[in-house]
Order: sequence, then C-alpha cells, then structure tokens
Amino acid sequence: MSAWPVPLVQIDKLCSVFTQRGVQSIVHQDLDLDIAPGEFLSVVGGSGSGKTVLLRQMLGLETPLRGRVSVLGHPAGQLASAGVAGRVGMLFQHGALFSAFNVLQNIAFPLYELRTLPRDLVRDVAMVKLKMVGLDPAHALKMPSDLSGGMIKRVALARALVLDPQLLLLDEPTAGLDPDRSDAFCALLSQLHQELDLTVVMVTHDLDTIYALSTRIAVIADKHIVVNAHPREAVAFPHPFVRDFFRGGRGLRAMEVLHAAAPDA
Amino acid sequence: MTDTHPRIVIEASASGDCVTLYGVWSAAELARPEGWEQLYASLQGHARNAMEERWDLRQITRLDHTGAQLIWNTWSHDWPRHVLLQGTHRAMLDRVARFALATPAPQAPTLRARFLALGARVLSVEQHFLHALQLLGQLVLDLLRLLRAPRQGPWRDISGHLYRIGASALPITALVGFLIGVVLAYLMSRQLRQFGADAFIVNILGVSLIRELGPVLAAILIAGRSGSAITAQIGVMRVNEELDAMRVMGIGQGFRLVMPRALALAVAMPLLAVWTTAAALAGGMLASDLSMGLSPQYFFLSLPKVVHLSNLWLSLGKSVVFGVLIALIGCHFGLRVLPNTQSLGEGTTSSVVVSITMVILVDALFAVLFSGTGL
Repeated sequence: MSAWPVPLVQIDKLCSVFTQRGVQSIVHQDLDLDIAPGEFLSVVGGSGSGKTVLLRQMLGLETPLRGRVSVLGHPAGQLASAGVAGRVGMLFQHGALFSAFNVLQNIAFPLYELRTLPRDLVRDVAMVKLKMVGLDPAHALKMPSDLSGGMIKRVALARALVLDPQLLLLDEPTAGLDPDRSDAFCALLSQLHQELDLTVVMVTHDLDTIYALSTRIAVIADKHIVVNAHPREAVAFPHPFVRDFFRGGRGLRAMEVLHAAAPDA
Repeated sequence: MTDTHPRIVIEASASGDCVTLYGVWSAAELARPEGWEQLYASLQGHARNAMEERWDLRQITRLDHTGAQLIWNTWSHDWPRHVLLQGTHRAMLDRVARFALATPAPQAPTLRARFLALGARVLSVEQHFLHALQLLGQLVLDLLRLLRAPRQGPWRDISGHLYRIGASALPITALVGFLIGVVLAYLMSRQLRQFGADAFIVNILGVSLIRELGPVLAAILIAGRSGSAITAQIGVMRVNEELDAMRVMGIGQGFRLVMPRALALAVAMPLLAVWTTAAALAGGMLASDLSMGLSPQYFFLSLPKVVHLSNLWLSLGKSVVFGVLIALIGCHFGLRVLPNTQSLGEGTTSSVVVSITMVILVDALFAVLFSGTGL
C-alpha cells in the first residue's frame, strides 16, 4: 500500500460570497478539495457555480470569506511573499497577454523580471517555450493584437510555463477555439502534462476536453464538491446535475470517446 | 546538508577536468543575485573546452528548462563527449536541444518602407479629414431628420448626455472659473494701481472673462472631461462589437450616437460658458473688493456700461461651435478605434489633444473674424 501523496492544493471548509449591486449570494459553502501531485483535475459545474472563483482563490487573487486554501504548502494569498509564485502558472480565459509587449517579450517577462539572468539566455528559454507550444518562430515578434484566438492561448500557455511551474491552472483552455484547434490544444496539454510532470487544474464546460485530458473530475453543485473521483466513477455518480451534465444527449455522445479510449470499461 | 543552491565543483585529474554540478538548477534558484555572477563566470570559464571535459550532472536535484538552456549554451549547443546524467534530465536537455533556435532578428526598415510609411501618414491625415467631414455631413442630415419627425428623436439619450456632460460638470467649472477670476483680478489690480487706474479692473475682467476666458476655459475643461469620455464610450462599444451589432440591426450610428452627443454639447456648452464666466466674475469681484476696496455694487453697476452686450452673444455663439466640435472630435476618434484595447487608449489620448487644440484654433479664428465686434 503506497503512502497517500501530500496534496499540492488543499482547500478546507471554504465559504465564499459573491457581492453584486449590494446583494450577497453564497457561492461556496463548506467546500473541501485536495489535489494530489501529478493529477489532471477537471473542475465542472453549472454557470455561476464558482469554478473560476475557485481558481482565482487558489492564486490568491480573491480572498474567501472563511476557510483555508493552501497551495504548495503555503496560504494562497502569500504565494508571492513565500517566493513560490513562479511555481504556479495560470492560463487566463482570454490569455491576458500584455498588449504593449510582443510575443517573445510576453513569454520572457516572468524570467526577465527575476532581474539576474542575461538577456540572451532569457530569450533562448522563451524561444524554447514558443516551440514547445507549437508556435511558428516567425510569430515571435508580433504584437498580441495581430494574433488569432488560438495563437493567443498558445502564447499565454507558453508564458504560464516559462518558469516551469509545478501547478498549472487553466480557465476554459479550449473556449473560443474551433474543434480542430481545440483537439490540437488538448493534445498539447496532455503532452506537456506528461513530459513536464505537471499538476493541472482545469475549469471547462467542454466534455470532449474533459474526457480527453482528466485523470480526475470534481463536480461543483449545491455550493460544494459533490464528487471528486476518476472520470468513470464521477460520471456515474447519482446526482441530478451530474446526470444532466454527463448523461444528457450531449454528454452521451462525448462519453463514447471515453469508452472508445478505454474498452475495458 | 541539503543545499538547493546551484553549484559547480571541478576536480582536476590526469584525463582532464571533471565538472560536477550540484543543487537545484531552476530559474528561481539560478536567478538569486548572490550566487549568479560567480556561477555564470565559472560556467563561462568551461565553455571553451566543454567538449573535452567530463561533465557529471547526476547530483542535480532538479533541472528546469532555464537550467537546461544555460548548460546547453555552455556546451555551445552540442553534447560533450563525456556526460553522466539522470534520464529525466536528459529528456529536458534533449527538448532544449530539439527546440533551440535563434531569435528572429527584427528587420530594420528599408528606405522604401520608410517612404511608404510617410505616405501612409499623409494619407491617414487626409482620411481623418474626410471622415470628420462625413461625420459633420451625417450630423446635418440627422438634424434634418429630427426636425421632420421630432417625436421619434432620441430624446432620452439627449437628456442623459445633457445631465452627464452639463449638469455634472457644474462644480468643477465653477471652481476653476472662480480661482482664475481671483488670480486674474489680484494680478491686474497690482498693475493698475501703478497708474492709478483702479476702476479699469471692471473693463479688463469684464471683457477678458466674458469674451475669451469663460467660454475657452469651459470648453477646455469639457474637452478633457467629456470629449475623452465620448471617445472611450464609443471605443468600448467598438471593442465589444456593439457598433457592429447596431449596424446589423440597421440602427444609424449617426442618429443614435453622434447626434445626441452633439446636440447635448451644443446646448450644454453655452450654459456652462455663462456659468464659468459668472463664477470667474464673482471671483474677480471678491478679489477686487479685498485688494482694492472696489465695492461689488460699483462692479455690478459699471459692468454693463463698459462691456458691450454683443460680447456675451459672441461668447454664446462660440460656445455652441466649441460644443459641436468637441462632440464631433470625440465621436470621430471613438468610431475609428480598432477592436483592441491599445487602440482604445490611443484614440482617447488623441481625442483630448485634438479637441483642445481645435478649440484654441477656432477661438483664434473667432477673434480674427469678430475683431470689430463689441470692443
């Protein structure tokens, strides 16, 4: 029996509220979630169930009302002061590239901000990351406004990976991509997950992406995690949201992929 | 001792140096300023005959792409003859080797490209003029349409803009006007006293504030406050594709976006000019009372005698033109924003600069044209 690995992310009794126009609504209530190293976890839930909020809380961008979020053994709000900010990478939904920098400068920025490494080394590393995410080096000097949506995602991914993080957070990585690009992006993520020994937390609505990539699925419903398990167990969980989401018409079609990929199921 | 800091240990032997690397070779560890210089210098020292030395990388506890790239660069992009390393680290170095490629050099613009860029700039100035002219023409057409069917006009928009551009600008214009009046009167009074011409303060303040400073100050404040806001509002609509949605629905941008703003500014601007002038005169009156003992009654009684009424009409007329100008320039730059956020910032900046410049230019034009009126 192997020892249970120390979780990379630990969320205990999380309560968060969302305030809009002075009206408070509860998003999370007593939410618990542990993420073990090496997992590819998909966080699933209806619109407004607080999936993105959860990611932002892991990054310390938002503070929960109550509860504890610890990432890499540090409280989420103190990642930068603990010196481990570089160990967590985030791919924002719309890329969040710096519009004043070109592609290469965007990717190199986290390295360059360490302020010690020589410029040519930083540029070399940035070019390696550019190639790793499958971008043509001819795009290196373009500005973000000249790129397509898929390329922006790739550049943002390269930037998230430039410091070789342990934990990679993805917010809707395939939203806004056409099916071919989306498949290619999934293949890339899967390859990077294996090669770089990453732990990935992904928020998405795209069932194909979920089945293609996840090693675990966590479902947020009724303001907490109702199930956090292997994909095949998670989709079979008896809960109305899980049933509608995974075993509705759309869900069944996508699930064929899961069974085709694992014929022993 | 578990030392995470990257280190190099060199052991000389008969068959050549053996270079052993220790510690965590990751970006964060390498970039620590206290060790970097020394580490980099000793790596550079071994770069020349890296091929011949024996490299032992087995003691590295963690290697990331930055570390791998650093080692790979030290080896001048080739594997040395004798390397000992862990499998995962070999994969990392392999990937760096596979993906290493030179940064594309930015191309210096050729003479021809510069010439073409100059031409493009000239053409863009021409396009700005054409578009502004088009906007003005469309405004006239839209006003005619409004006159023909006044009940179908966007009156709610107009009153909303009137409030936001006009009413909410009252405090700031009053404050600025009042202070300018105080400063002007104080400075003037010191000069006039030298000639014993204290009473002429009313003439100077009256003419300069009513004819020039009141309308121009108000126009500059509104250009900075509302001209930029107009550009930003319309520019955001462009970025959000709202403008495209309007066009698809067949809703005229001129009628719904430009005309309400132009009308609101044409109404608000003269009122604000009068308001600013009044505040400035009040400030001037206070300062003359304090510094020269010139009573407000005297000020009030002599003002109509020394300042001809046509100055006020001129000020009102000018202000209407300023208002329409600011609205049109704001809309012009807003509509020309490209669907990205950087262009939005640039458009807002140019809108403010151009509208303030145009206000002053047009004011000079008025001064020349009406030099015989009211003086």
